[in-house]
Amino acid sequence: MGLTLAEKILSLKNRKEVHAGDIIITNVDWIIAQDGTAPLAIRQFKKLNKDKVFDEQRIIFFIDHAAPSPCRELSNEHLLIRNFSKEMGIILHDVGDGIIHQVFIEKYAMPGDVVVGADSHTCTAGALATFAAGFGSTDVAIAMALGKIWIRVPESIEVVIYGSLPKGVFAKDIALYLLKKIGVTGAIYKALEFKGEAIERLSIDSRLTLTNMAVEMGAKTALIEVDNITKDFLLETRKVSNFKFLKADEDADYEERIYVDVSNLEPMIALPHSVDKVVSISDVEGIEINQAFVGTCTNGRLEDLRIVASILKDRKVAKNVRLLIAPASRKIYLQALREGILDIIVKAGGIVLPPGCGPCVGIHLGILGDGEVCLSSQNRNFKGRMGNPNSEIYLASPATVVASAIMGKITDPREVM
Amino acid sequence: MRLIIKGRVWKFGDNISTDHIIPGRYFYLRGNINELAKHTFEDIRPDFVKKVKPNDIVVGGYNFGMGSSREHAVLVLKVLGIGAIIARSFARIFYRNAFNLGIPAIIADTTDINEGETLEIHLDKGVVISTTRDVVIRFNPIPPIMMKILKEGGIIRYVLKYNDLPSR
Repeated sequence: MGLTLAEKILSLKNRKEVHAGDIIITNVDWIIAQDGTAPLAIRQFKKLNKDKVFDEQRIIFFIDHAAPSPCRELSNEHLLIRNFSKEMGIILHDVGDGIIHQVFIEKYAMPGDVVVGADSHTCTAGALATFAAGFGSTDVAIAMALGKIWIRVPESIEVVIYGSLPKGVFAKDIALYLLKKIGVTGAIYKALEFKGEAIERLSIDSRLTLTNMAVEMGAKTALIEVDNITKDFLLETRKVSNFKFLKADEDADYEERIYVDVSNLEPMIALPHSVDKVVSISDVEGIEINQAFVGTCTNGRLEDLRIVASILKDRKVAKNVRLLIAPASRKIYLQALREGILDIIVKAGGIVLPPGCGPCVGIHLGILGDGEVCLSSQNRNFKGRMGNPNSEIYLASPATVVASAIMGKITDPREVM
Repeated sequence: MRLIIKGRVWKFGDNISTDHIIPGRYFYLRGNINELAKHTFEDIRPDFVKKVKPNDIVVGGYNFGMGSSREHAVLVLKVLGIGAIIARSFARIFYRNAFNLGIPAIIADTTDINEGETLEIHLDKGVVISTTRDVVIRFNPIPPIMMKILKEGGIIRYVLKYNDLPSR
Protein backbone atom coordinates (compact mmCIF):
# COMPACT_ATOMS: atom_id res chain seq x y z
CA MET A 1 0.00 0.00 0.00
CA GLY A 2 1.15 3.52 -0.76
CA LEU A 3 1.26 6.46 1.60
CA THR A 4 -1.30 9.16 2.23
CA LEU A 5 0.01 12.71 2.09
CA ALA A 6 0.02 12.88 5.90
CA GLU A 7 2.06 9.65 6.12
CA LYS A 8 4.39 10.82 3.37
CA ILE A 9 5.24 14.15 5.00
CA LEU A 10 5.88 12.54 8.38
CA SER A 11 7.93 9.74 6.76
CA LEU A 12 10.11 12.20 4.82
CA LYS A 13 10.62 14.38 7.88
CA ASN A 14 11.76 11.46 9.98
CA ARG A 15 13.59 9.50 7.26
CA LYS A 16 11.67 6.30 7.88
CA GLU A 17 8.33 5.09 6.66
CA VAL A 18 5.51 5.66 9.14
CA HIS A 19 1.90 4.58 8.94
CA ALA A 20 -1.45 5.63 10.35
CA GLY A 21 -1.74 4.49 13.95
CA ASP A 22 2.00 4.67 14.68
CA ILE A 23 2.95 6.79 17.67
CA ILE A 24 6.06 8.67 16.65
CA ILE A 25 8.33 11.36 17.97
CA THR A 26 8.82 13.82 15.16
CA ASN A 27 11.12 16.77 14.67
CA VAL A 28 9.29 20.00 14.05
CA ASP A 29 10.07 22.82 11.64
CA TRP A 30 7.93 25.53 13.17
CA ILE A 31 6.33 26.25 16.50
CA ILE A 32 3.69 28.97 16.50
CA ALA A 33 1.50 30.49 19.21
CA GLN A 34 -0.73 33.54 19.69
CA ASP A 35 -1.51 35.91 22.53
CA GLY A 36 -4.24 33.65 23.92
CA THR A 37 -1.94 30.63 24.23
CA ALA A 38 1.66 31.87 24.19
CA PRO A 39 1.59 33.28 27.76
CA LEU A 40 0.70 29.86 29.22
CA ALA A 41 3.29 28.21 26.96
CA ILE A 42 5.91 30.66 28.28
CA ARG A 43 4.89 30.00 31.90
CA GLN A 44 5.08 26.25 31.33
CA PHE A 45 8.42 26.57 29.52
CA LYS A 46 9.84 28.39 32.53
CA LYS A 47 9.05 25.35 34.69
CA LEU A 48 11.36 23.23 32.51
CA ASN A 49 14.57 24.86 33.80
CA LYS A 50 15.96 25.52 30.33
CA ASP A 51 18.05 28.59 29.55
CA LYS A 52 17.31 28.48 25.87
CA VAL A 53 14.69 27.33 23.41
CA PHE A 54 15.76 24.63 20.93
CA ASP A 55 15.97 27.11 18.03
CA GLU A 56 14.69 30.66 18.43
CA GLN A 57 14.40 31.16 14.67
CA ARG A 58 11.91 28.30 14.44
CA ILE A 59 9.51 29.72 17.02
CA ILE A 60 7.08 32.49 16.09
CA PHE A 61 4.70 34.36 18.36
CA PHE A 62 1.81 36.46 17.07
CA ILE A 63 -0.27 39.08 18.88
CA ASP A 64 -3.53 38.87 16.97
CA HIS A 65 -6.40 37.82 19.25
CA ALA A 66 -6.59 40.97 21.34
CA ALA A 67 -4.91 43.40 18.99
CA PRO A 68 -4.58 46.11 20.05
CA SER A 69 -5.22 45.21 23.68
CA PRO A 70 -8.61 46.24 25.07
CA CYS A 71 -7.61 46.07 28.77
CA ARG A 72 -4.61 46.15 31.07
CA GLU A 73 -4.75 42.44 31.95
CA LEU A 74 -4.15 41.60 28.29
CA SER A 75 -1.64 44.41 27.86
CA ASN A 76 0.39 42.69 30.57
CA GLU A 77 0.08 39.31 28.83
CA HIS A 78 1.37 41.01 25.68
CA LEU A 79 4.30 42.37 27.66
CA LEU A 80 5.13 38.86 28.82
CA ILE A 81 5.21 37.71 25.19
CA ARG A 82 7.32 40.68 24.06
CA ASN A 83 9.82 40.34 26.88
CA PHE A 84 10.22 36.58 26.50
CA SER A 85 10.59 36.89 22.70
CA LYS A 86 13.30 39.48 23.17
CA GLU A 87 15.10 37.48 25.84
CA MET A 88 15.12 34.29 23.76
CA GLY A 89 15.41 35.85 20.29
CA ILE A 90 12.07 34.38 19.22
CA ILE A 91 10.39 35.86 16.14
CA LEU A 92 7.47 38.12 17.11
CA HIS A 93 4.67 39.47 14.96
CA ASP A 94 3.21 42.21 17.10
CA VAL A 95 -0.14 44.03 16.95
CA GLY A 96 -1.02 45.00 13.38
CA ASP A 97 0.90 42.31 11.52
CA GLY A 98 -2.15 40.09 11.25
CA ILE A 99 -3.57 36.70 12.11
CA ILE A 100 -1.19 33.87 13.02
CA HIS A 101 -2.38 31.49 10.28
CA GLN A 102 -2.34 34.11 7.54
CA VAL A 103 1.06 35.59 8.35
CA PHE A 104 2.43 32.08 8.74
CA ILE A 105 1.46 31.05 5.21
CA GLU A 106 2.58 34.39 3.78
CA LYS A 107 6.07 34.18 5.23
CA TYR A 108 7.05 30.81 6.66
CA ALA A 109 5.12 27.62 5.76
CA MET A 110 6.68 25.34 3.15
CA PRO A 111 5.46 22.07 1.67
CA GLY A 112 6.63 19.16 3.81
CA ASP A 113 7.11 21.20 6.98
CA VAL A 114 5.85 19.85 10.29
CA VAL A 115 4.16 22.58 12.32
CA VAL A 116 3.11 22.59 15.96
CA GLY A 117 0.73 25.42 16.77
CA ALA A 118 -0.94 26.52 19.97
CA ASP A 119 -4.14 27.27 18.12
CA SER A 120 -6.78 24.89 16.87
CA HIS A 121 -6.78 26.41 13.38
CA THR A 122 -3.10 25.61 12.82
CA CYS A 123 -4.40 23.08 10.27
CA THR A 124 -4.99 26.02 7.90
CA ALA A 125 -1.39 25.79 6.65
CA GLY A 126 -2.15 22.33 5.24
CA ALA A 127 -3.29 24.08 2.06
CA LEU A 128 0.44 24.36 1.28
CA ALA A 129 1.01 20.64 2.01
CA THR A 130 2.49 21.25 5.44
CA PHE A 131 1.59 18.88 8.25
CA ALA A 132 0.25 21.45 10.71
CA ALA A 133 -1.74 20.59 13.81
CA GLY A 134 -3.08 22.38 16.85
CA PHE A 135 -1.91 21.60 20.39
CA GLY A 136 -2.28 23.01 23.88
CA SER A 137 0.18 25.44 25.40
CA THR A 138 2.04 22.80 27.42
CA ASP A 139 2.77 20.63 24.36
CA VAL A 140 4.02 23.77 22.67
CA ALA A 141 6.21 24.66 25.68
CA ILE A 142 7.83 21.24 25.47
CA ALA A 143 8.30 21.49 21.71
CA MET A 144 9.97 24.88 22.32
CA ALA A 145 12.42 23.16 24.65
CA LEU A 146 13.08 19.92 22.76
CA GLY A 147 12.31 20.73 19.12
CA LYS A 148 10.13 17.68 18.81
CA ILE A 149 6.72 16.34 19.70
CA TRP A 150 5.02 12.97 19.99
CA ILE A 151 2.05 12.35 17.74
CA ARG A 152 -0.08 9.52 16.53
CA VAL A 153 0.10 9.37 12.73
CA PRO A 154 -3.51 10.01 11.68
CA GLU A 155 -5.64 7.96 9.35
CA SER A 156 -6.66 10.05 6.35
CA ILE A 157 -10.03 10.65 4.78
CA GLU A 158 -9.89 11.50 1.09
CA VAL A 159 -12.35 14.26 0.25
CA VAL A 160 -12.85 14.46 -3.50
CA ILE A 161 -14.51 17.68 -4.61
CA TYR A 162 -15.59 17.75 -8.23
CA GLY A 163 -17.76 19.77 -10.60
CA SER A 164 -17.45 23.53 -10.93
CA LEU A 165 -18.68 26.04 -8.38
CA PRO A 166 -21.73 28.01 -9.55
CA LYS A 167 -21.75 31.81 -9.39
CA GLY A 168 -22.18 33.14 -5.86
CA VAL A 169 -20.97 29.90 -4.27
CA PHE A 170 -17.51 29.69 -2.70
CA ALA A 171 -15.05 27.50 -0.79
CA LYS A 172 -16.79 28.55 2.44
CA ASP A 173 -20.01 27.02 1.14
CA ILE A 174 -18.13 23.77 0.42
CA ALA A 175 -16.78 23.75 3.98
CA LEU A 176 -20.24 24.37 5.44
CA TYR A 177 -21.74 21.71 3.19
CA LEU A 178 -19.13 19.21 4.40
CA LEU A 179 -20.00 20.08 7.99
CA LYS A 180 -23.64 19.43 7.22
CA LYS A 181 -22.66 16.09 5.69
CA ILE A 182 -20.21 14.73 8.28
CA GLY A 183 -20.86 16.90 11.35
CA VAL A 184 -18.55 18.17 14.07
CA THR A 185 -17.31 14.67 14.85
CA GLY A 186 -17.02 13.41 11.26
CA ALA A 187 -13.22 13.61 11.09
CA ILE A 188 -12.21 13.40 14.74
CA TYR A 189 -8.45 12.50 15.06
CA LYS A 190 -8.18 12.16 11.26
CA ALA A 191 -6.45 14.06 8.48
CA LEU A 192 -8.65 15.37 5.69
CA GLU A 193 -6.95 15.27 2.29
CA PHE A 194 -8.79 17.47 -0.22
CA LYS A 195 -8.51 16.52 -3.89
CA GLY A 196 -10.42 16.64 -7.14
CA GLU A 197 -10.97 18.94 -10.09
CA ALA A 198 -12.77 21.58 -8.03
CA ILE A 199 -9.82 21.81 -5.63
CA GLU A 200 -7.36 21.99 -8.54
CA ARG A 201 -9.16 25.11 -9.74
CA LEU A 202 -9.30 26.83 -6.34
CA SER A 203 -6.93 29.66 -5.49
CA ILE A 204 -4.69 29.35 -2.41
CA ASP A 205 -6.97 31.84 -0.63
CA SER A 206 -9.95 29.54 -1.16
CA ARG A 207 -8.02 26.38 -0.30
CA LEU A 208 -7.06 27.96 3.02
CA THR A 209 -10.75 28.40 3.86
CA LEU A 210 -11.28 24.66 3.44
CA THR A 211 -8.24 23.50 5.42
CA ASN A 212 -9.06 26.09 8.11
CA MET A 213 -12.46 24.56 8.80
CA ALA A 214 -11.22 20.97 8.95
CA VAL A 215 -10.85 21.29 12.71
CA GLU A 216 -14.57 22.11 12.93
CA MET A 217 -15.12 18.52 11.76
CA GLY A 218 -12.74 17.33 14.48
CA ALA A 219 -9.76 16.77 12.17
CA LYS A 220 -6.17 16.74 13.41
CA THR A 221 -5.11 18.37 10.20
CA ALA A 222 -6.03 18.91 6.57
CA LEU A 223 -3.85 18.67 3.49
CA ILE A 224 -3.85 19.69 -0.13
CA GLU A 225 -1.24 18.40 -2.59
CA VAL A 226 1.33 20.70 -4.17
CA ASP A 227 0.44 21.75 -7.71
CA ASN A 228 1.15 24.64 -10.04
CA ILE A 229 -1.14 26.95 -8.09
CA THR A 230 0.88 26.24 -4.93
CA LYS A 231 4.08 26.77 -6.90
CA ASP A 232 2.91 30.12 -8.29
CA PHE A 233 1.83 31.24 -4.81
CA LEU A 234 5.20 30.41 -3.26
CA LEU A 235 7.09 31.99 -6.13
CA GLU A 236 5.04 35.15 -6.00
CA THR A 237 4.90 35.63 -2.24
CA ARG A 238 8.22 34.16 -1.19
CA LYS A 239 10.38 33.87 -4.31
CA VAL A 240 11.08 30.22 -3.56
CA SER A 241 10.91 27.28 -5.92
CA ASN A 242 13.04 24.60 -4.29
CA PHE A 243 10.34 22.40 -2.83
CA LYS A 244 8.96 18.97 -3.54
CA PHE A 245 5.70 18.49 -5.43
CA LEU A 246 4.32 16.46 -2.53
CA LYS A 247 1.40 14.22 -3.40
CA ALA A 248 -0.20 11.17 -1.86
CA ASP A 249 0.62 7.86 -3.54
CA GLU A 250 -1.91 6.63 -6.12
CA ASP A 251 -2.55 3.51 -4.02
CA ALA A 252 -2.63 5.31 -0.65
CA ASP A 253 -4.60 3.62 2.08
CA TYR A 254 -7.51 5.95 2.88
CA GLU A 255 -9.79 5.06 5.72
CA GLU A 256 -12.74 6.61 3.95
CA ARG A 257 -13.56 8.50 0.78
CA ILE A 258 -16.08 11.32 0.56
CA TYR A 259 -17.26 12.62 -2.80
CA VAL A 260 -18.86 16.02 -3.19
CA ASP A 261 -20.23 17.38 -6.46
CA VAL A 262 -20.36 21.16 -6.13
CA SER A 263 -22.01 21.87 -9.49
CA ASN A 264 -25.42 22.44 -7.92
CA LEU A 265 -24.25 23.67 -4.53
CA GLU A 266 -26.14 26.64 -3.10
CA PRO A 267 -24.87 29.27 -0.68
CA MET A 268 -24.88 27.56 2.73
CA ILE A 269 -25.33 28.97 6.22
CA ALA A 270 -24.69 27.60 9.72
CA LEU A 271 -27.35 28.41 12.30
CA PRO A 272 -26.72 29.21 15.97
CA HIS A 273 -25.12 27.61 18.02
CA SER A 274 -23.38 24.85 16.13
CA VAL A 275 -21.09 24.85 13.11
CA ASP A 276 -22.79 21.77 11.65
CA LYS A 277 -26.35 23.10 11.92
CA VAL A 278 -26.11 23.95 8.23
CA VAL A 279 -28.93 24.72 5.80
CA SER A 280 -29.23 26.26 2.34
CA ILE A 281 -29.57 30.03 2.37
CA SER A 282 -33.14 29.79 1.02
CA ASP A 283 -34.26 28.23 4.31
CA VAL A 284 -33.40 31.29 6.39
CA GLU A 285 -33.61 34.27 4.03
CA GLY A 286 -35.15 37.32 5.62
CA ILE A 287 -33.82 36.98 9.18
CA GLU A 288 -32.82 40.44 10.33
CA ILE A 289 -29.20 41.02 11.38
CA ASN A 290 -27.51 43.64 13.55
CA GLN A 291 -23.87 42.99 12.75
CA ALA A 292 -22.11 41.61 9.69
CA PHE A 293 -18.46 40.63 9.87
CA VAL A 294 -15.99 39.69 7.16
CA GLY A 295 -12.55 38.64 8.33
CA THR A 296 -10.69 35.97 10.37
CA CYS A 297 -8.35 33.13 9.47
CA THR A 298 -11.28 31.61 7.55
CA ASN A 299 -12.26 34.44 5.24
CA GLY A 300 -10.27 37.64 5.71
CA ARG A 301 -8.04 37.28 2.67
CA LEU A 302 -7.61 39.44 -0.42
CA GLU A 303 -9.93 37.32 -2.54
CA ASP A 304 -12.64 37.73 0.12
CA LEU A 305 -12.16 41.49 0.30
CA ARG A 306 -12.33 41.73 -3.49
CA ILE A 307 -15.68 39.93 -3.40
CA VAL A 308 -16.85 42.30 -0.66
CA ALA A 309 -15.88 45.33 -2.75
CA SER A 310 -17.44 43.99 -5.95
CA ILE A 311 -20.78 43.59 -4.18
CA LEU A 312 -20.61 46.78 -2.10
CA LYS A 313 -19.58 49.10 -4.92
CA ASP A 314 -22.13 51.90 -5.34
CA ARG A 315 -24.32 50.45 -2.61
CA LYS A 316 -24.90 51.26 1.06
CA VAL A 317 -24.92 49.14 4.18
CA ALA A 318 -28.43 48.96 5.66
CA LYS A 319 -29.12 51.50 8.42
CA ASN A 320 -29.66 48.91 11.14
CA VAL A 321 -26.48 46.96 10.38
CA ARG A 322 -22.85 47.42 11.45
CA LEU A 323 -20.58 46.00 8.75
CA LEU A 324 -17.13 45.19 10.15
CA ILE A 325 -14.22 44.21 7.91
CA ALA A 326 -10.90 42.96 9.29
CA PRO A 327 -8.16 42.18 6.73
CA ALA A 328 -6.32 39.04 7.89
CA SER A 329 -2.86 40.58 7.59
CA ARG A 330 -0.98 43.83 7.10
CA LYS A 331 -0.07 42.69 3.61
CA ILE A 332 -3.72 42.14 2.70
CA TYR A 333 -4.71 45.46 4.31
CA LEU A 334 -2.13 47.30 2.22
CA GLN A 335 -3.14 45.61 -1.02
CA ALA A 336 -6.83 46.27 -0.30
CA LEU A 337 -5.91 49.90 0.28
CA ARG A 338 -4.04 50.07 -3.05
CA GLU A 339 -6.90 48.46 -4.95
CA GLY A 340 -9.46 50.90 -3.58
CA ILE A 341 -11.28 48.13 -1.71
CA LEU A 342 -11.13 49.89 1.65
CA ASP A 343 -12.36 53.06 -0.02
CA ILE A 344 -15.47 51.25 -1.24
CA ILE A 345 -16.08 49.69 2.19
CA VAL A 346 -15.79 52.97 4.06
CA LYS A 347 -17.92 54.90 1.56
CA ALA A 348 -20.63 52.24 1.80
CA GLY A 349 -20.80 52.73 5.56
CA GLY A 350 -18.59 49.82 6.58
CA ILE A 351 -15.97 49.88 9.34
CA VAL A 352 -12.41 48.70 8.69
CA LEU A 353 -10.76 47.03 11.70
CA PRO A 354 -7.03 46.48 12.23
CA PRO A 355 -5.50 43.24 10.89
CA GLY A 356 -6.14 40.50 13.45
CA CYS A 357 -8.89 38.22 14.74
CA GLY A 358 -11.33 41.10 15.28
CA PRO A 359 -14.59 40.28 17.07
CA CYS A 360 -14.43 36.51 16.35
CA VAL A 361 -13.00 35.63 19.77
CA GLY A 362 -15.46 37.75 21.73
CA ILE A 363 -13.11 40.05 23.58
CA HIS A 364 -13.20 43.29 21.63
CA LEU A 365 -14.07 45.14 18.42
CA GLY A 366 -17.72 44.18 18.10
CA ILE A 367 -19.18 42.31 21.07
CA LEU A 368 -22.85 41.60 20.51
CA GLY A 369 -25.68 42.92 22.69
CA ASP A 370 -28.43 40.78 24.22
CA GLY A 371 -30.65 39.33 21.53
CA GLU A 372 -28.50 40.63 18.70
CA VAL A 373 -27.82 38.63 15.56
CA CYS A 374 -24.50 38.52 13.75
CA LEU A 375 -23.79 37.05 10.34
CA SER A 376 -20.09 36.30 10.08
CA SER A 377 -17.51 34.84 7.72
CA GLN A 378 -15.68 33.27 10.71
CA ASN A 379 -15.48 29.56 11.49
CA ARG A 380 -17.29 29.19 14.83
CA ASN A 381 -20.69 30.13 16.18
CA PHE A 382 -20.66 28.45 19.59
CA LYS A 383 -22.93 30.05 22.15
CA GLY A 384 -21.19 33.14 23.49
CA ARG A 385 -18.36 32.99 20.96
CA MET A 386 -18.62 36.70 20.15
CA GLY A 387 -18.68 37.73 23.78
CA ASN A 388 -22.35 37.37 24.71
CA PRO A 389 -24.20 34.09 25.34
CA ASN A 390 -27.49 35.90 24.74
CA SER A 391 -26.71 36.58 21.10
CA GLU A 392 -26.87 34.55 17.90
CA ILE A 393 -24.20 33.91 15.29
CA TYR A 394 -24.79 32.66 11.75
CA LEU A 395 -21.87 31.64 9.52
CA ALA A 396 -21.61 32.11 5.77
CA SER A 397 -19.34 33.20 2.93
CA PRO A 398 -18.15 36.81 2.64
CA ALA A 399 -20.51 37.27 -0.34
CA THR A 400 -23.51 36.20 1.72
CA VAL A 401 -22.40 38.38 4.65
CA VAL A 402 -22.06 41.50 2.52
CA ALA A 403 -25.24 40.93 0.52
CA SER A 404 -27.06 40.58 3.84
CA ALA A 405 -25.42 43.70 5.26
CA ILE A 406 -26.77 45.69 2.32
CA MET A 407 -30.30 44.31 2.67
CA GLY A 408 -30.32 44.31 6.50
CA LYS A 409 -31.40 40.68 6.57
CA ILE A 410 -30.04 37.31 5.52
CA THR A 411 -29.90 37.44 1.75
CA ASP A 412 -28.87 35.11 -1.06
CA PRO A 413 -25.76 36.78 -2.56
CA ARG A 414 -26.84 35.76 -6.05
CA GLU A 415 -29.62 38.35 -5.79
CA VAL A 416 -27.12 41.20 -5.67
CA MET A 417 -24.16 39.87 -7.66
CA MET B 1 -0.64 8.67 40.96
CA ARG B 2 -3.97 7.59 42.34
CA LEU B 3 -5.33 4.48 40.67
CA ILE B 4 -8.79 4.88 42.19
CA ILE B 5 -10.68 8.14 41.80
CA LYS B 6 -13.91 8.58 43.70
CA GLY B 7 -16.21 11.53 43.17
CA ARG B 8 -19.60 12.95 42.30
CA VAL B 9 -20.79 13.25 38.73
CA TRP B 10 -21.47 16.44 36.81
CA LYS B 11 -23.18 15.23 33.66
CA PHE B 12 -23.07 17.09 30.35
CA GLY B 13 -24.22 16.29 26.81
CA ASP B 14 -22.50 15.92 23.44
CA ASN B 15 -20.16 18.44 21.79
CA ILE B 16 -19.25 20.41 24.90
CA SER B 17 -16.83 23.01 23.52
CA THR B 18 -13.95 24.73 25.27
CA ASP B 19 -16.14 27.87 24.98
CA HIS B 20 -18.78 26.09 27.09
CA ILE B 21 -16.13 25.14 29.64
CA ILE B 22 -14.55 28.58 29.83
CA PRO B 23 -16.16 31.30 27.68
CA GLY B 24 -13.89 33.29 25.37
CA ARG B 25 -15.06 36.58 26.88
CA TYR B 26 -12.91 35.77 29.95
CA PHE B 27 -9.84 35.66 27.74
CA TYR B 28 -8.50 38.64 29.71
CA LEU B 29 -8.31 36.51 32.88
CA ARG B 30 -6.10 33.82 31.37
CA GLY B 31 -3.10 35.20 33.24
CA ASN B 32 -4.98 34.71 36.53
CA ILE B 33 -6.18 31.11 36.56
CA ASN B 34 -7.91 31.25 39.95
CA GLU B 35 -10.05 34.17 38.81
CA LEU B 36 -10.65 32.53 35.44
CA ALA B 37 -11.81 29.31 37.11
CA LYS B 38 -14.69 31.19 38.77
CA HIS B 39 -16.38 31.28 35.36
CA THR B 40 -16.14 27.57 34.55
CA PHE B 41 -19.28 26.27 32.77
CA GLU B 42 -20.90 29.63 33.54
CA ASP B 43 -23.15 29.73 30.47
CA ILE B 44 -24.45 26.17 30.67
CA ARG B 45 -24.26 25.32 34.41
CA PRO B 46 -24.21 28.54 36.42
CA ASP B 47 -24.15 26.71 39.80
CA PHE B 48 -21.12 24.57 38.90
CA VAL B 49 -18.41 26.68 40.51
CA LYS B 50 -20.41 27.20 43.71
CA LYS B 51 -21.12 23.51 44.21
CA VAL B 52 -18.13 21.67 42.74
CA LYS B 53 -15.96 19.72 45.19
CA PRO B 54 -12.47 18.26 44.90
CA ASN B 55 -12.42 14.88 43.11
CA ASP B 56 -15.75 15.49 41.37
CA ILE B 57 -15.98 13.86 37.98
CA VAL B 58 -17.04 15.63 34.79
CA VAL B 59 -18.95 13.37 32.42
CA GLY B 60 -19.73 14.19 28.80
CA GLY B 61 -21.05 12.62 25.63
CA TYR B 62 -19.36 12.63 22.24
CA ASN B 63 -16.59 15.06 21.27
CA PHE B 64 -15.98 16.55 24.70
CA GLY B 65 -13.70 19.62 24.60
CA MET B 66 -14.22 20.49 20.95
CA GLY B 67 -13.22 23.81 19.43
CA SER B 68 -10.46 26.11 20.58
CA SER B 69 -7.08 24.73 21.67
CA ARG B 70 -7.22 26.76 24.90
CA GLU B 71 -5.58 24.62 27.55
CA HIS B 72 -7.24 26.89 30.10
CA ALA B 73 -10.32 24.70 29.62
CA VAL B 74 -8.43 21.88 31.35
CA LEU B 75 -6.55 24.19 33.69
CA VAL B 76 -9.75 25.58 35.25
CA LEU B 77 -11.01 22.04 35.87
CA LYS B 78 -7.68 21.23 37.49
CA VAL B 79 -7.85 24.33 39.69
CA LEU B 80 -11.34 23.28 40.80
CA GLY B 81 -9.98 19.86 41.74
CA ILE B 82 -11.76 17.74 39.13
CA GLY B 83 -10.55 14.15 39.55
CA ALA B 84 -11.26 12.81 36.08
CA ILE B 85 -13.24 13.41 32.92
CA ILE B 86 -15.22 10.62 31.27
CA ALA B 87 -16.74 10.96 27.80
CA ARG B 88 -17.81 8.84 24.85
CA SER B 89 -15.15 10.62 22.82
CA PHE B 90 -12.87 13.62 23.20
CA ALA B 91 -11.68 16.32 20.86
CA ARG B 92 -8.02 15.50 20.35
CA ILE B 93 -6.37 18.68 21.62
CA PHE B 94 -8.43 18.64 24.81
CA TYR B 95 -7.59 14.95 25.32
CA ARG B 96 -3.85 15.62 25.17
CA ASN B 97 -4.16 18.72 27.32
CA ALA B 98 -5.93 16.74 30.05
CA PHE B 99 -3.15 14.15 30.39
CA ASN B 100 -0.47 16.82 29.99
CA LEU B 101 -1.87 18.53 33.09
CA GLY B 102 -2.31 15.26 34.95
CA ILE B 103 -6.08 14.72 34.67
CA PRO B 104 -7.19 11.32 33.34
CA ALA B 105 -9.55 11.54 30.35
CA ILE B 106 -11.43 8.27 30.05
CA ILE B 107 -13.26 7.10 26.97
CA ALA B 108 -16.33 5.08 27.95
CA ASP B 109 -20.02 4.72 27.21
CA THR B 110 -21.48 7.37 29.50
CA THR B 111 -25.16 6.90 28.64
CA ASP B 112 -25.87 5.07 31.87
CA ILE B 113 -24.11 7.53 34.18
CA ASN B 114 -26.39 9.83 36.18
CA GLU B 115 -25.94 13.40 37.35
CA GLY B 116 -25.02 13.60 41.01
CA GLU B 117 -24.20 9.95 41.63
CA THR B 118 -20.87 8.92 43.08
CA LEU B 119 -18.51 6.91 40.90
CA GLU B 120 -15.33 5.00 41.54
CA ILE B 121 -12.93 4.92 38.61
CA HIS B 122 -10.37 2.11 38.74
CA LEU B 123 -7.70 3.21 36.28
CA ASP B 124 -5.75 -0.05 36.45
CA LYS B 125 -8.76 -2.32 36.06
CA GLY B 126 -10.50 -0.20 33.42
CA VAL B 127 -13.83 0.00 35.20
CA VAL B 128 -16.17 2.71 36.42
CA ILE B 129 -18.41 1.61 39.29
CA SER B 130 -21.42 3.41 40.68
CA THR B 131 -21.33 3.33 44.47
CA THR B 132 -25.10 3.54 44.78
CA ARG B 133 -26.44 1.47 41.89
CA ASP B 134 -25.60 -1.84 40.32
CA VAL B 135 -23.75 -0.29 37.39
CA VAL B 136 -20.30 -1.23 36.16
CA ILE B 137 -18.93 0.35 32.99
CA ARG B 138 -15.81 -1.04 31.36
CA PHE B 139 -13.48 1.19 29.41
CA ASN B 140 -10.57 0.53 27.10
CA PRO B 141 -7.27 0.89 28.90
CA ILE B 142 -5.68 4.33 28.81
CA PRO B 143 -2.99 4.27 26.06
CA PRO B 144 0.46 3.42 27.50
CA ILE B 145 1.97 6.75 26.45
CA MET B 146 -0.79 8.59 28.32
CA MET B 147 -0.29 6.39 31.38
CA LYS B 148 3.40 7.30 31.42
CA ILE B 149 2.52 10.99 31.44
CA LEU B 150 -0.19 10.52 34.06
CA LYS B 151 2.10 8.53 36.36
CA GLU B 152 4.48 11.48 36.60
CA GLY B 153 1.61 13.88 37.25
CA GLY B 154 1.74 15.51 33.81
CA ILE B 155 4.10 16.10 30.91
CA ILE B 156 6.08 18.93 32.54
CA ARG B 157 7.15 16.68 35.37
CA TYR B 158 7.82 13.85 32.93
CA VAL B 159 10.19 16.00 30.87
CA LEU B 160 11.85 17.40 34.02
CA LYS B 161 12.57 13.84 35.14
CA TYR B 162 13.64 12.23 31.84
CA ASN B 163 14.60 15.28 29.76
CA ASP B 164 12.83 13.61 26.86
CA LEU B 165 9.40 12.80 25.50
CA PRO B 166 7.59 9.62 26.39
CA SER B 167 7.49 7.06 23.60
CA ARG B 168 5.12 4.19 23.04
